Amino acid sequence: MSPSVRLQEMIRVIRGARTQGEERGVIQRECAAIRAQFRQADNGTRSHNLAKLLYVHMLGYPAHFGQMECVRLIASPRYNEKRVGYLGAMMLLDEKQDASLLITNSIKNDLSHNSQYVQSLALCTLACMGSAEMCRDLAPEIDRLLRASNSYIKKKAALCAVHIVRKVPDLGELFTPAARSLLCEKNHGVLHGAVVLITELCERNPDTLEQFRKVVPELVQIMKGLVMSGYSPEHNVAGISDPFLQVRILRLLRILGRNNDTASDAMNDLLAQVATNTDSSKTAGSAVLYETVLTVMDIKSESGLRVLAVNILGRFLLNNDRNIRYISMTSLQKIVQTDHNAVQRHRGTIVDCLKDQDASVKRRALELSLALVSAVNIRSLMKELLLFLSSCPPELRAHTTSGIFNAAERYAPSQRWHIDTILHVLTTAGGDVRDETVPNLIQLITTATELHCYTVHKLYRALITDISVQSLVQVACWCIGEYGDLLLRGECEETEPVQVTEDDVLDALETVLQSHMSSPATRGFALTATMKLSTRITHNVDRIRSIVSIYGSCIDVELQQRAVEYNALFKKYDHMRAAVLERMPVIDKSSPGHTNGESAGGIKELEQTKLTQEVVLPKDPGNQVCDLLDLLGGSGEPVPSSGLSHTVPGPATSTSGGDLLDLLGGLDVSPAPPSVKVYEKNGVTLKLQTDSQTDTGMTITLTATNSTDGDITSLTLQAAVPKSVQLQMKAPSGDVIPARGLGLVTQTVLLNNPNKVSLKMRVRVCYSSQGAVCQDTVQIDSFPSPAW
Amino acid sequence: MMRFLLLFSRQGKLRLQKWFTPIPEREKKKIVRDMTTMVLARKPRSCNFLHWKDLKIVYKRYASLYFCCGLDAEENELIALEMLHRYVELLDKYFGNVCELDIIFNFEKAYFILDEFLLGGEIQETSKQVVSRAIEASDMLQEAEIDNSDYDLELGWP
Repeated sequence: MSPSVRLQEMIRVIRGARTQGEERGVIQRECAAIRAQFRQADNGTRSHNLAKLLYVHMLGYPAHFGQMECVRLIASPRYNEKRVGYLGAMMLLDEKQDASLLITNSIKNDLSHNSQYVQSLALCTLACMGSAEMCRDLAPEIDRLLRASNSYIKKKAALCAVHIVRKVPDLGELFTPAARSLLCEKNHGVLHGAVVLITELCERNPDTLEQFRKVVPELVQIMKGLVMSGYSPEHNVAGISDPFLQVRILRLLRILGRNNDTASDAMNDLLAQVATNTDSSKTAGSAVLYETVLTVMDIKSESGLRVLAVNILGRFLLNNDRNIRYISMTSLQKIVQTDHNAVQRHRGTIVDCLKDQDASVKRRALELSLALVSAVNIRSLMKELLLFLSSCPPELRAHTTSGIFNAAERYAPSQRWHIDTILHVLTTAGGDVRDETVPNLIQLITTATELHCYTVHKLYRALITDISVQSLVQVACWCIGEYGDLLLRGECEETEPVQVTEDDVLDALETVLQSHMSSPATRGFALTATMKLSTRITHNVDRIRSIVSIYGSCIDVELQQRAVEYNALFKKYDHMRAAVLERMPVIDKSSPGHTNGESAGGIKELEQTKLTQEVVLPKDPGNQVCDLLDLLGGSGEPVPSSGLSHTVPGPATSTSGGDLLDLLGGLDVSPAPPSVKVYEKNGVTLKLQTDSQTDTGMTITLTATNSTDGDITSLTLQAAVPKSVQLQMKAPSGDVIPARGLGLVTQTVLLNNPNKVSLKMRVRVCYSSQGAVCQDTVQIDSFPSPAW
Repeated sequence: MMRFLLLFSRQGKLRLQKWFTPIPEREKKKIVRDMTTMVLARKPRSCNFLHWKDLKIVYKRYASLYFCCGLDAEENELIALEMLHRYVELLDKYFGNVCELDIIFNFEKAYFILDEFLLGGEIQETSKQVVSRAIEASDMLQEAEIDNSDYDLELGWP
């Protein structure tokens, strides 16, 4: 029985195994036999045993004991043993194995072997798994082969050199001269190898790149020859003469022409010729055209050529072949920033591709569509995108929603459209939106003051239809809590009003509270909304009271805490309830959810807290102190936003809060250090003094006094500093300045100036004086020196 | 360059694997698993290109075998499709109407043919005839050696 049949016999037996266990058994037996054979002396069957082992290895079983056998076989004088040995080396050895070094010598010998087929084995193995050391060792050999051998070996040596350059870039210089001379060869294989080698050398070394720019005319000639030549049976693929070589040459031209006018000029004509003459009915032609387009867009081509290239891509978009549509879109994606108008012309086709069956094509179409959104086409494009969202595959939903939101934010033609769009997205795909969507939407709603009635109606309708989408439910609860009175009024200009009673609204909120679909955060929203309604409805306050007291014993700690505190608001602090639960003012865009890249850089306008929207909602006094605690413990940026200025002054809260405030530094400011008057108006004086100063920061205290006959209430100070300076405002001592100078309010500010820029500060002062609200801004350019 | 080339059946059994960069064994197995899962999940008339990590994956189904290769990001996907097709043509010429069983039982020949077509992840020969002739010549060399078992390789071949 000829040995090779034994291999096939083994394969047959393995395939015949009916279970995994049976297969394992067969393989174990075979491997044992193979191992025994390896240990024996040479008996002519070594190569077949190794072949068997390689088959077993491909099935996924361990075969490391064959590594040494590979080394032995490679060293054998017999061709068939070498062949299998080298194959084994490529499969079982890689540069991380120690055994791989052992074959270096064999490879070296075989590189100078008489038979070109043995040489070829050595070259192939070196190019496949040669380590950096082996490459360094054998590089001179490869260089020799590059210069003086037949074309069969030269082409392999060229690719071997490519591998060496990848592993040891310094050796690139060694191969540069040989690479240059290889361009004169006629043999396509060698030419291809030479082009790949030159590409690799140019990509790694800018000097070599300079050098090879001189061969652009030569490359152009070769390309012309290929394009204009008649039918060549040896290299023809679907009417294109050697598309593989053409594509490689075009790629090299791209690298050489990049950022270089002379080189780009030299290839302009050729590229135009290829672009117009290549037949793209089959993949081979399309591949060449594709490469041409990439080259044209990347070099400094003239505008006519660029237009030609974009038109080719446009033609590709209409092609029946899905692959060609896909790559056309990937290419358009790359150029949409630079040649925006040209790509816009094909917007219609791109949007049609959103409806394609193929997931890859859909993804590309989505990316492109989002890149093409502009103020002009926002309405029509958004319609298409929303349509796409309703039927898009689940893995694309998150990306689509965030893309839609970004586009809406940048180009919304009107606030109502913006709100409608976001609501549409939430109803269609609310489960796939980002977390910041809820605070962003709430912020948007508050700014659209004329649309409050319309918004709350829409959201109420959405809420009674479906309470499963958490983001939508949260926004709806918030709106109903905030604008519930508009809902109950029963009239609305923008949309048909609902006729609801207070009980209906409270029912809706209670359903959310009790539903097992609602997340804890959502229930928190619902409870707060219910509470807020207590100041906006007239008849069912008792019902709200009872809801709130029930949740006072809820298992969820967050909910329980809220309920207990709202309960306290009903009982002990009922006089403050109206003030606490008043309508929220317009929230500024640069606040909480918008940090980190969304807001434009520049001076941080208002020193806001970094809390999420939820915490900014007015809470009862006890809670507010806890917030302060969190703030000071966490980010340490306490100054509440203007929204909270309606709340109760600090010291009037529970004693623990008061104690904490006392613990804060800077409240008992000794008057000794010099202070500078920075603001004086309406009887309110603001002084600034420096407590301490270092190279990279300072601590200052602002002191406010009041010389009028009435108390100044709701005092808030806000500060802004240059971009590189960090600001930290401690809690103020209070927000009421007693009249006639009987008391004062102080606030400490810490400035951290690591870049040592000149310190400037802008302070905004807001307060109520005799019923009128005043607001002023003061610029402070110089600070007094500290006391010591 | 091409990072790897895999051939697997519709049941996910690997028939050929060629790796052009050094990768640990465990990671090779993971890549094979990922590729088979991804490619086998594709619908019949989908696009032949995928994105996986930072690589472009090009695959094509020929009868019961999937030919799947992983390319660097700057490669031309369409020409990669042509590359896969060329390899199938070479196999077809060699085995005469190649089918999956041919590749299973003669896997080492499939590797030898691949090694005459690709080298270090790049195409080494763009002419079908030259590749076929080289394979035939190597086979003849091997046959001659087996026939005269003491035949030592002294003389080179033209």
